[in-house]
Amino acid sequence: MKRTLLLLEFTRFVITVGIALLIGYIFLLFIADEPTEAFKLFLTGPMTTQRRFFEFLNNAVPLMMTGLALSIVFQSKVFNIGAEGQLFFGAFGAMIFALKAPQIPWLHLVITLVGAALFGSLWAFVPAILKAKWKASELVSSLMMNYISYFLVLFLVNNYFRDKTAGALVSYRFPQSAWLSTLSRYRLNSGLFVAVALSVLVGWLLYRTKWGYQIRVVGANKKFGYYSGIKTINVIFWVQILSGAIAGLAGGIELTAMYRRFVWQSLPGYGFDGIIVAILARNNPFLVIPSALFIAYLRIGANIMGRTTGIAPEIVVVLQSIMILLITAEALLGRFKQKAVAKEAMKSE
Amino acid sequence: MSDFLNPQFWYSVIRVSTPLFFGVIAALLSSITGTINIGIEGMMLMSAFWGTIVGSLAQNPWVGLLAGIVSSTIMAVILAYFHLKLKTDLVIGGVALNLLSSGLTVFMLYAITGDKGSSASLKSFIIPRVDLPLLKDIPFIGKVLSGHNALTYIAIVSVFLINYLVKKTPLGIRMRSVGQNPDAAVSVGISVTKMKFLSLILSGIFAGFGGAFLSMGYVSWFARDMTSGRGFISIAAQALGGSSALFGAFGALLFGIAEATGITLQSLRIPSEITNMLPFILTIVVLIIYARSRIRSHSRIQEQ
Repeated sequence: MKRTLLLLEFTRFVITVGIALLIGYIFLLFIADEPTEAFKLFLTGPMTTQRRFFEFLNNAVPLMMTGLALSIVFQSKVFNIGAEGQLFFGAFGAMIFALKAPQIPWLHLVITLVGAALFGSLWAFVPAILKAKWKASELVSSLMMNYISYFLVLFLVNNYFRDKTAGALVSYRFPQSAWLSTLSRYRLNSGLFVAVALSVLVGWLLYRTKWGYQIRVVGANKKFGYYSGIKTINVIFWVQILSGAIAGLAGGIELTAMYRRFVWQSLPGYGFDGIIVAILARNNPFLVIPSALFIAYLRIGANIMGRTTGIAPEIVVVLQSIMILLITAEALLGRFKQKAVAKEAMKSE
Repeated sequence: MSDFLNPQFWYSVIRVSTPLFFGVIAALLSSITGTINIGIEGMMLMSAFWGTIVGSLAQNPWVGLLAGIVSSTIMAVILAYFHLKLKTDLVIGGVALNLLSSGLTVFMLYAITGDKGSSASLKSFIIPRVDLPLLKDIPFIGKVLSGHNALTYIAIVSVFLINYLVKKTPLGIRMRSVGQNPDAAVSVGISVTKMKFLSLILSGIFAGFGGAFLSMGYVSWFARDMTSGRGFISIAAQALGGSSALFGAFGALLFGIAEATGITLQSLRIPSEITNMLPFILTIVVLIIYARSRIRSHSRIQEQ
């Protein structure tokens, strides 16, 4: 029974990716001069050189963390999609601690990353408390917080932390004690290990602890959870705070490892990509790891295709949204699922 | 302070409120059947894009407007099909559509114009402005109300029409009954699926008007992600108005005032990052007020 359902889930995944790639290919047929070449580059690009392979792994780091952040709120059926703004504000927090905290080796980096998580959860606090206190829609409020985060951080960075000697609009460079190291010549982000470890940890939390069980019960049936004695409001509040901390940490890791100053003048988009990562993983933290790798692969493949052929890599966003629609289409293959369940029920009678 | 007595200020309030009027109608029409359209933002963006592109290819803004509306309606059909037939979650489906249009518009913009930021290189066509006879000669009011884009007047007329449609016509009553009690609706022979389908499509049409105004009236080009939250702001404004299009429009005006104030403050050398935040902060405040009032009225049957 379980195996049949798993097989169905897998079939759904294959069909979804197949349809999305087909649609992508059709787009290329109309746009590209050599669609097959471009498509090949899109599919195999990240594997062609070591540099590109590391680029793909590095891209998976923030995606894994935002995907993780979103998967736990989605587990509790809370649509707080403010990961984008939380990541941005977390990155800002990292910058403050990197520039202002005492430069003690190791400790400085830890303080910086904790600061990022703190700022991320601070940003998640607003939609969380509004939801807990007045049941205000966390969807709208978290989206508004994304915009506010963007404008506020830009204002603060450009006016108070801007490095005027640098050519571009960036902050001062972080001192070396706040750097997260990168490995090898092609700069592999060591945050990858943090992200993987965190995914496993959160997966353990969700499936092996009492609190994780409460989160899942609240998501599956809030009323049932309430009447069985779970403080649903508390669970929904804290799950958002935790999600914000993870998203904020993602911003901190990205800055301390890859850029070592605040460099963003627009929202980097990792928070929105995290939505598809979480949905592809079916909100399972363990599956977030392969899911983030998959999306990062598509992203970098599209970038490489874009660099060589002049096709806008944004096509991959279109593919992602088609995948979201198809993966969450419950009725797709639903008949087969029902058949499998019915068959099993007959057997046990 | 003198700015608030300036007819120019109120003129710009109406101008910036126009896309929100359409957005509020789109939000209202979808929410009365209980299927809130989160994809309004993306539908607006899609319409803004295809409006400018087709408008400049056909050298006619009205053709552009039509193309914009068709594109947003197609999006609405996709959402309705996925939600009602394939049982995709309504919120996730809406979010997916927003992502879709954000990606597709940039992709197509680059393919057509070779620019990823805006369509400024295309010669675009604007829906004409209209001077209202008689009204334009009245001192203060004339300056505020006359000389707007034709779409602004369509928006204002639509608010009244939709208000009537929702409150008084059999169709509106059927739609509301589906939203309030689907079982009761079924029992008197109303097809819930049909009504929800219809309400999402109507919502898409009006979102299309709003988007087309942005790129062919508010400004004369398409810029990436140019809707910048207006779809969501509309949803918040509609929440203020409940099931009344008129109150919803007042909500939209409130946001218009915030945005116009922001533009005015910029001329006083207040940084644009700060003034740009105003409508979003206001949305959150409105959300709190709305949620609080709702809780108070439901306090007796409060659960969880």
